[in-house]
Amino acid sequence: MKRAIVTIAATIAGIVLLLGFKTHPMPETTSTGPVAASSPTAGASLQPSSGPTATGAPATGAPATGTTTLTGTTVETQYGPVQVQVTITGTKITDVTAIQVPSGNGRDQQINSYAIPQLTQEVLTAQSAHVDMVSGGTYTSEGYLTSLQSALDKIGIK
Amino acid sequence: MGTVFSFDIRAPGVSAHALQGVVDWLHRMDAMFSTYRPDSEISLLDRGGLELGECSPEVHEVLELCEQASRDSGGYFTARLPGGLDPSGMVKGWAVERASIMLQAAGSTAHAVNGGGDIQLLGKPQAGRPWTIGIADPFRRTALATTVAGTDMAVATSSTAERGQHIIDPTSGRPATALASITVTGRHLTTVDAYATAALAMGEKAKSWITGLSGVEAFAISATGERWQTPHFPTPGNPGN
Repeated sequence: MKRAIVTIAATIAGIVLLLGFKTHPMPETTSTGPVAASSPTAGASLQPSSGPTATGAPATGAPATGTTTLTGTTVETQYGPVQVQVTITGTKITDVTAIQVPSGNGRDQQINSYAIPQLTQEVLTAQSAHVDMVSGGTYTSEGYLTSLQSALDKIGIK
Repeated sequence: MGTVFSFDIRAPGVSAHALQGVVDWLHRMDAMFSTYRPDSEISLLDRGGLELGECSPEVHEVLELCEQASRDSGGYFTARLPGGLDPSGMVKGWAVERASIMLQAAGSTAHAVNGGGDIQLLGKPQAGRPWTIGIADPFRRTALATTVAGTDMAVATSSTAERGQHIIDPTSGRPATALASITVTGRHLTTVDAYATAALAMGEKAKSWITGLSGVEAFAISATGERWQTPHFPTPGNPGN
């Protein structure tokens, strides 16, 4: 099947994509080591409690360094397979890439509207228009969410 | 359900534990209310597998709120859809507002909670300015139709572009088609979400309905691209709350 790589550079400023999280020590190399995703707003990030699930760089104030790229599982959807790659720099999700998108003739429109995650599109829009968040649009890209979730699962983000 | 929840918490001091608790609660509500899950309480209630008396307090609360919204909107909001019992036109807003209240209880004084485009705001993102929320253009995926601004405010957008959502005009029994999208603002997302759903079903009658409500404003785009808004719709030059 055709692999179309769509790279979306999105610094998710002011938006925490959160389905649950735990904090972990920062990885040294680009591997599927655990890392924490937290609010990137300086000085106003989530303050993990000192409970058993909260450890790691953001809580101690040590600067988070290193880039981790994680690949989600391929999710079969009614349109075809969707696979998402997440890049986390420090404590920010800095890049979300759809590395597998549904393929098929004459379906560019459909692919474009489905495979480029609506959430990421709207993040880009929000970025350029200097808004904090976006209301409306669709957030029901099941394959994207499931693959993204599996990528985050690998680093312990529920 | 595929709804993405986003949290932007600007106040310090909300613990990871508290936030995890909110997320866990949202997952439980999804399990309880999803019409896509045959084993959800809502699905079982609809098919007779559960009596109302056997359902969780949250189900009772949501169904009562749906009845209230139905009365407020002259029946244009309803949880009794042709396909069965479906409170989806309110559940998201209700859940997001509850999540916001939980975060407040955990010590937050400034945050934005977004559930599938329905947003509950609290406080300010930073000193000196209100929250600024873009409204998606129903015709152009990467564009914004307008922006709203406010502090303790809720924003909900109902559109015919939302996948899988069919807004039925209860007076005709057929899909409502006059409006492509409508954004409703007010204090409480539970109310605002239900009213946005009702307003989409109402079509052009929504403008006078919303104008007549105190504390609630709207902005709409018709199926042919015309726009209107109620007199005090909170644009950045005239922010809400």
